[in-house]
Amino acid sequence: MTQNRTEMNLNSNHESERAPELERMKQLLKAAVPRIAADAEPGRDLWPDVLRRIDREPVKVPWFDWALAGGLVMLAAAFPSVIPVFLYYL
Amino acid sequence: MPESSKNVLDRFRQGDADAFETLFREQQATVFRWILRIVRNAATAEDLTVETFMRIFRAHARFDTARGFEPWARRIATHVALDWLRARKPESEITPEMESLLTADTTCDPGIQAEIRLKTAQAFTRLPPRLRMAAVLAVVDEQPHKVIAESLGITVTAVKLRVFRALRLLRKDLEQQGIRP
Repeated sequence: MTQNRTEMNLNSNHESERAPELERMKQLLKAAVPRIAADAEPGRDLWPDVLRRIDREPVKVPWFDWALAGGLVMLAAAFPSVIPVFLYYL
Repeated sequence: MPESSKNVLDRFRQGDADAFETLFREQQATVFRWILRIVRNAATAEDLTVETFMRIFRAHARFDTARGFEPWARRIATHVALDWLRARKPESEITPEMESLLTADTTCDPGIQAEIRLKTAQAFTRLPPRLRMAAVLAVVDEQPHKVIAESLGITVTAVKLRVFRALRLLRKDLEQQGIRP
């Protein structure tokens, strides 16, 4: 916390000392990177793409469900006599 | 900017596809422009806009209707764009087309030579993504610090600090190339 404050103070001192240099850097950056138009819009309707992505999205099964299913299979393999009990409770 | 009715927001939160489409139609251009400001490439911004709305759809149940859709969407879009920036090789972003545009652009400050503009653009792509994003939004596109802070999930002071650090790094990079800004 104190370190952050010290760093910020140092930076603000630095900033006031070098304000003209920073202004120059801002000018340079503005000249080098073109500004984006305020009315820029996508070149096409993106809704069909969103729909396609949603349809393509695989169904995600939580890891816990996989672990539970695996445990049940192993239990059934080790103790086949419990299978009718499982079936009864399904 | 159309204000989405509470009804639409509530229905979206419950996973209603029509409400999602309504919000998409309202916010598509805003989200696209925000991403474009960060990635500076229209085709990439379109792809990332689709990705953003995918994540928005997936996260519908976590949406807080009291906090508004636009700031939430902007925050997700910022993370999507930041992930993209992190995965990119810096040097691959200056295409030959961009290079010729930068050297031929007559609308720029005539006091700044084309070569210096190009070197600055190249140095800009080498900045760490977090600093680069803050600098481009605050300095180039003059977005309010408060909006940038909200979208990055940081304070306004942190945004100013990132901009300051970005400009300092940029200056250092140019000096290393023998350019005295």
